[in-house]
Amino acid sequence: MEALLYLGCTVPIRNLNYELSSRMIARALGINFHDNEALGCCGFPLKSMDVMSTILSAARNLAIAERDNLEICALCNACAGTLNEISHTLDHDQDLRRQVNDKLKTVGLEYNGTVRVRNFMRLLYEEVGLDRIQSCVKRPLNGIKLAPHYGCHYLKPSELNIGFEDPEVPRTLSSLIEATGAQSVDYASLKDCCGGGVLGVSEEVANSLAQKKLQDVAVSGAHALVLVCPFCNVMYEGQQKKIAKTAGLDLKVPVVYYPQVLGLALGMNPDELGFKLNRVKPAEMLKLVEGLEVF
Amino acid sequence: MTRINLNELDPSFKFKVASSRGGEGLQSCYACKACTAACPIEKTVKRYDPRKIIRMALLGMKKELLESDFIWLCSSCYSCSEVCPQDVRFTDVIYAIKNLASSEACAPSGLSAQKGLLKDHGRLYEVSDFENEKRTKLGLPPIVEHPEDYERLL
Repeated sequence: MEALLYLGCTVPIRNLNYELSSRMIARALGINFHDNEALGCCGFPLKSMDVMSTILSAARNLAIAERDNLEICALCNACAGTLNEISHTLDHDQDLRRQVNDKLKTVGLEYNGTVRVRNFMRLLYEEVGLDRIQSCVKRPLNGIKLAPHYGCHYLKPSELNIGFEDPEVPRTLSSLIEATGAQSVDYASLKDCCGGGVLGVSEEVANSLAQKKLQDVAVSGAHALVLVCPFCNVMYEGQQKKIAKTAGLDLKVPVVYYPQVLGLALGMNPDELGFKLNRVKPAEMLKLVEGLEVF
Repeated sequence: MTRINLNELDPSFKFKVASSRGGEGLQSCYACKACTAACPIEKTVKRYDPRKIIRMALLGMKKELLESDFIWLCSSCYSCSEVCPQDVRFTDVIYAIKNLASSEACAPSGLSAQKGLLKDHGRLYEVSDFENEKRTKLGLPPIVEHPEDYERLL
């Protein structure tokens, strides 16, 4: 299948391991990602200031995808959520769409409401499917335990994910993990928010949210915490050292992206999946991958 | 506890919020507190209480809300919206309240700066040659900034 790869602001600058591994597994599973250098910020960061700015930024990207006649596949939960939400809003509010198009005209664009937006996991789950993923696994990750973190904008608002995921009992990422042969570990704070949304306003509050999950995962027996969002990564990987220091904890929770995990199962090597860029090395996990040279 | 002087409140504030994009559900609240119970921020910061924020808006405590530091603490997790039996959509309501605060120049400086970044770079982070060289080495396509579009749109 074809999709326009939407990288957003954070992934292509700070999370190249996520981008590299996503492109690798997409290629292996028959998803043809298209790039368009015209894409920019989805507008999510401006929502607290002025929702109209978010709508216009999102609409600009939707219009670019429409011109390319492609659906959008976003790697970041916040980008996927925002673009999906605004595409729905513009579908149901013709007055707003007219108003938006008046502005888009000034940058040579127009949006007619034909673009679908999905995050990468949803695309894998719905377009490739668990059975095909399983049949492509060359190196089952037997014995590896992984703790999934979905992220809020993956699950909610649920009205944007009807037929895909239930925010009360999330299962898609867990089943994608299990398709690799690894075990998906349940833990008390599985559905908790990472706190990334308030990091810019209060680091203390944001860190207190992330701390609970890091502690839970540390004692859960999982070899790593599995993410699908760069915003959550800022909290769990980027802030981990500071959180541990402030709270006087000995935390060393490896944080990996799902496509990196799936890539290993598909037989790819850690280097091409960007594992060198993971800050807390998932050494125990990699040791358990059969036939892998020492990392 | 601070006393509230009813004469200093703004009875039109609730209409202002309810007529803003996202604020439409405000007046449907019957104060069941499901939102507060679901809120991960309230567990850490007691003064961030969705149910109380709604009451404050309905009472017309405009100044106390718009000039507060706590309205900015929403993590946008949508937990409150999911559990609300009245479809108030508190996440959207608090966005509407923050938008009103921003229009009165009450937004934290970090947030205001983000609009500047988008107008200057079309993205949250400036993309330097260093970043693109790193991308090229890894076989990834370069990132191009389009500030001109964002400058015109925002």
